[in-house]
Amino acid sequence: MAIIPKKTPMPTQEPGERIHNFKEVSYGYTEELALQEASRCLNCKSKPCVSGCPVNIDIPSFIAKVNDKDYDGAYDIITESSSLPAVCGRVCPQESQCESRCTLGIKYEPVAIGNLERFVADRHNDTVPVKEASVPEEGDMVAVIGSGPSGLACAGELASMGYRVTVYEALHLAGGVLVYGIPEFRLPKTIVAREVENLKAMGVDIQTNVVIGKTLVIDELFDMGFKAVFVGSGAGLPNFMNIPGESYKGVYSANEFLTRSNLMKAYSSKTATPIQVGSNVVVVGGGNVAMDAARTALRLGAAKVSVVYRRSEEELPARKEEVRHAKEEGIEFRFLENPVEITGFYNKEDPRDPKNGFVTGIRCIKMELGEPDSRGRRRPVPIEGSEYYSECDAVIIAIGTSANPLIKHISPGLEVNSKGGIVVNESGLTSRGGVYAGGDAVTGAATVISAMGAGKTAAHAIDEFLRAL
Amino acid sequence: MYKIISKQVLNPTVTSLEIEAPLVARKAEPGQFIILRVDDLGERIPLTIAGADPDRGAVRIIFQVVGATTQKLNAKEPGDSIVDFVGPLGTATELDGIENVCVVGGGVGCAIAMPVASKLHKMGANVTSIIGFRNKDLVILEDEFKEISDDLHIMTDDGSYGEHGNVTMPLKEMLESGKKFDRIIAIGPVIMMKFTVETARPFGVPITVSMNPIMIDGTGMCGGCRLTLIRDGERITKFACVDGPDFNGYEVDFDEAMSRGRMYSAFEREAFNEACNIMKQADGK
Repeated sequence: MAIIPKKTPMPTQEPGERIHNFKEVSYGYTEELALQEASRCLNCKSKPCVSGCPVNIDIPSFIAKVNDKDYDGAYDIITESSSLPAVCGRVCPQESQCESRCTLGIKYEPVAIGNLERFVADRHNDTVPVKEASVPEEGDMVAVIGSGPSGLACAGELASMGYRVTVYEALHLAGGVLVYGIPEFRLPKTIVAREVENLKAMGVDIQTNVVIGKTLVIDELFDMGFKAVFVGSGAGLPNFMNIPGESYKGVYSANEFLTRSNLMKAYSSKTATPIQVGSNVVVVGGGNVAMDAARTALRLGAAKVSVVYRRSEEELPARKEEVRHAKEEGIEFRFLENPVEITGFYNKEDPRDPKNGFVTGIRCIKMELGEPDSRGRRRPVPIEGSEYYSECDAVIIAIGTSANPLIKHISPGLEVNSKGGIVVNESGLTSRGGVYAGGDAVTGAATVISAMGAGKTAAHAIDEFLRAL
Repeated sequence: MYKIISKQVLNPTVTSLEIEAPLVARKAEPGQFIILRVDDLGERIPLTIAGADPDRGAVRIIFQVVGATTQKLNAKEPGDSIVDFVGPLGTATELDGIENVCVVGGGVGCAIAMPVASKLHKMGANVTSIIGFRNKDLVILEDEFKEISDDLHIMTDDGSYGEHGNVTMPLKEMLESGKKFDRIIAIGPVIMMKFTVETARPFGVPITVSMNPIMIDGTGMCGGCRLTLIRDGERITKFACVDGPDFNGYEVDFDEAMSRGRMYSAFEREAFNEACNIMKQADGK
């Protein structure tokens, strides 16, 4: 059979329609499309894709099961390595992981591994009800701090090994970045809720509204009978640019903007949380969070949304699919530019003018790429005299996060690195015995899958530690 | 769910609730705050803790009905519940080593100033309290302040009770007459804190203010609560939820904080009116 050179296209909502709603952009493969895509896999012996996966899913084997229409079998293979397949199939940067290594990709487009993973997971979730598992009564107690990808993965792994797990979440809803950060149109919240339900069915106790470091500290967790603790508290404080005007009304961190929309559902008229969208929005940054913020602003009714990124299109760290979707939706990209000032309204005649203090525009300077930095990425350098002004009424800053100062309150003496991330060894053990950590709290902002992988690795290390006690 | 244990109407717009939240009650210190959500569609609002009783697992909050959310909260009765209540957040007010303190409270801010003054009183400090209100009907916590203050000044804007004027007047008089405080702690509307700071500035008395910006998560994640400190001419961004809510009053950019506090005022007015209408309709039935 001749090889189909291109990936089976993913059916999606039309751009003109989807910019007016928060429904998922991609519908997912039908069985027919999945079978077509699965047939493209060469099932090569060397399996380079597996080494490209941070959790080493046996990709060719699960695709072979899809080919055999044994979808449950495919699901079982994926879940041997991954705890959140429906999530990762949607949000992993496959083009720089598994799919980047695909043998087929040398000559043609690689197999759409992410789309197939999503198909298998969705099909499972649609057809197999949440299983009530036996809740362990005897196992050692382990506390997991944070219910994001690393915490959920760690909790799931530990529960399946028979431990009694309690997950503590600071917000009122479990899921961490999957619920407050990633928008509904990219990751429906029902999928996250389903994963949380799965954990509960396995006996995992989820306690919301508990801030570890404030409501409880790690010493108290040990006093309460927990034998080990996993810290997956996530990335921390949003970074700002430290340029004039960042305090004007209408300037948001992407975290705040997305939390208002995703967690607090500010897009719905039924909810009480307000959001100041603006009609002409500038988003600063080039990662997935920037794409999410830009596309959310569009769906909230902004007439024009521009993304300002200081490097060129080639260096955009966001998933390719998100960039493509954003472009289809009419998001404008301003590459090789960097903001130097945000301007605001001030009526000298009337200090009580309600418009005072709101954003009016942004001054940006053009950049060019200079010498490569330590990571090999060419450093953006400002072009002198190239500053220019453009109007806007909202600015969303999506330039990453830095460590949360709460980490130092979690436990005295928990060693952190110069950036404030928790120091761990290769199995996730921190400087304190019985305390493990993983995900963004360790690495700084990274991917869902790497956080999940860290949670899993730590779960196995915790198991080993507790067996040796 | 978090049960309301008791309710006390302090004045027509200010209510005190005790909420059952044992984990929060165990840890709460003066100056810290909680975040609550009244119902599933509700917003998250921060309120400073007005007191806690660890034995009963009760946390006291005192709030003014200013918007839709506080209106809904005010409609709750003992036995009712709210969906979320998390804390204690923020850092506790630094009180160590204070021997002579002037606590300045304005309006509902007195509810937060009171536990601070009370703790200082228990620690053996000499407590001067200045509490200010718009008029007689709005005076709250007078008895509590009497009990814990060595010297108490009650001020009303219209002179209908206590002394006529605002809280900066007795402070200025005392400072000018040579009264020594090793710290002033000002808690109230941002404008009041701003003028209290300006009153104290010529005398150089250390002054702590408690900021109350708009927040969502309260754990440093969103940055909505950011404010600017001006230190040696340099502007420094701080997050009230994790770096505060207490700050050195001489460093805070109050004008910016006031402006940011009004970010959603149009939205809030609309939501408040809508909530009023819904409640009126409900009452009419």
